[in-house]
Amino acid sequence: MLNKAKLELTVGVFVVIGLAALLFLAMKVSSLSSFSSENTYQISAMFENVGGLKVRAPVMMSGVRIGEVSDISLDKETFEARVVFVLGSEYQLPLDTSAAIFTSGLLGEQYISLEPGGEDAVLKAGDQIKLSQSAMVLEQVLGQFLFSKASGDE
Amino acid sequence: MSILVSAVRNLGSRVLNSVQRMGRGHIFLFRTVMSLGIIFREYSLLIKQMHSVGVLSIQIIAISGLTVGMVLSLQGYNTLVDFGAEQSLGQMVALSLVREMGPVLTALLFAGRAGSALTAEIGLMKVTEQLPAMEIMAVDPYRKVIAPRFMAGFISMPLLAAVFSAIGVFGGYLVGVELLGVDGGAFWSQMQSKVGLEEDIINGVIKSMVFGVVVTWIAVFEGFDATPTTEGVSRATTRTVVNSAFAVLGLDFILTALMFGGA
Repeated sequence: MLNKAKLELTVGVFVVIGLAALLFLAMKVSSLSSFSSENTYQISAMFENVGGLKVRAPVMMSGVRIGEVSDISLDKETFEARVVFVLGSEYQLPLDTSAAIFTSGLLGEQYISLEPGGEDAVLKAGDQIKLSQSAMVLEQVLGQFLFSKASGDE
Repeated sequence: MSILVSAVRNLGSRVLNSVQRMGRGHIFLFRTVMSLGIIFREYSLLIKQMHSVGVLSIQIIAISGLTVGMVLSLQGYNTLVDFGAEQSLGQMVALSLVREMGPVLTALLFAGRAGSALTAEIGLMKVTEQLPAMEIMAVDPYRKVIAPRFMAGFISMPLLAAVFSAIGVFGGYLVGVELLGVDGGAFWSQMQSKVGLEEDIINGVIKSMVFGVVVTWIAVFEGFDATPTTEGVSRATTRTVVNSAFAVLGLDFILTALMFGGA
């Protein structure tokens, strides 16, 4: 039988290891540390079609991840999709920044790409991006392609 | 005719038996939970059980976690590479470990490693008449024997499951990135962008807490309810492992459907 001090020590080490594993899962495996902290701000954009965009999809600028999508809903008056996303507060973007939904790879996941404009004023929390480009829906593009092909042959 | 009657009678007695056992099990659980207060007064009882239930299980959990993570990574790579999607390997390994493999395999290993030992220990206490002796000395066996073991299982299981998942992710990283040459940055960033804290990690922890209660409950109850003979203890030990496995797998489906099934 182990003596008491040693017993308590091993149990203590066990609990520490367990908690460290939990911390590792929270910090390193999930994205607790990335865009859920306080130094972020929210902006939104309207899209005619968001395609397969999902909540938590990345928001990129020049291919660098600067935020993530936090909410997607339908505007009841314009019937457009409102996409809300959070950006790290160290990124100050020009007011005339435009947003587009792109796909990484042909069949990969969809993400929002931001294209900076030239104005000096910057987007503030709660602002809405004016210029947006909808997601490319493969069926639509194929349909248009076939249609133009068919009409071109006549 | 008499064969038919005896068959029906047999069935009836089986049903009655299992209903009775279930009733005893629930009364047992209730009395155990009522006795849990002892842990705050005599925590050395808990420490001792945490050692035999948790600390001694960590070796098998760590090794299983590592191999499961490595195998997942290897198999996942072979499938994903056909679609040019090997970047998603980290996400696949982490999600399957955190959501399913971690809690479920830990619970099954725990039932085999610690649950069976609990049953055998308590069963043998009954065979050697230690439990009746305690009662004669006005010592409540629920407090001294059952409650610390139950609590130790409940605390240990989520910790063990977290260790399993964390080491599994590390094993997946070893095979995926170091051996198969998946890009390390993509491995971690894909994982982080797709694994959520609440929906995946916390749900996994909730799962393992539920399994902790169920497996430990079955283990201590089977020991407490064992027929006090050598054969009875051996049968109780077997039942612990078998029933725990059924309970864990069944509950896992229900919990998964509740947590990830909707929407």
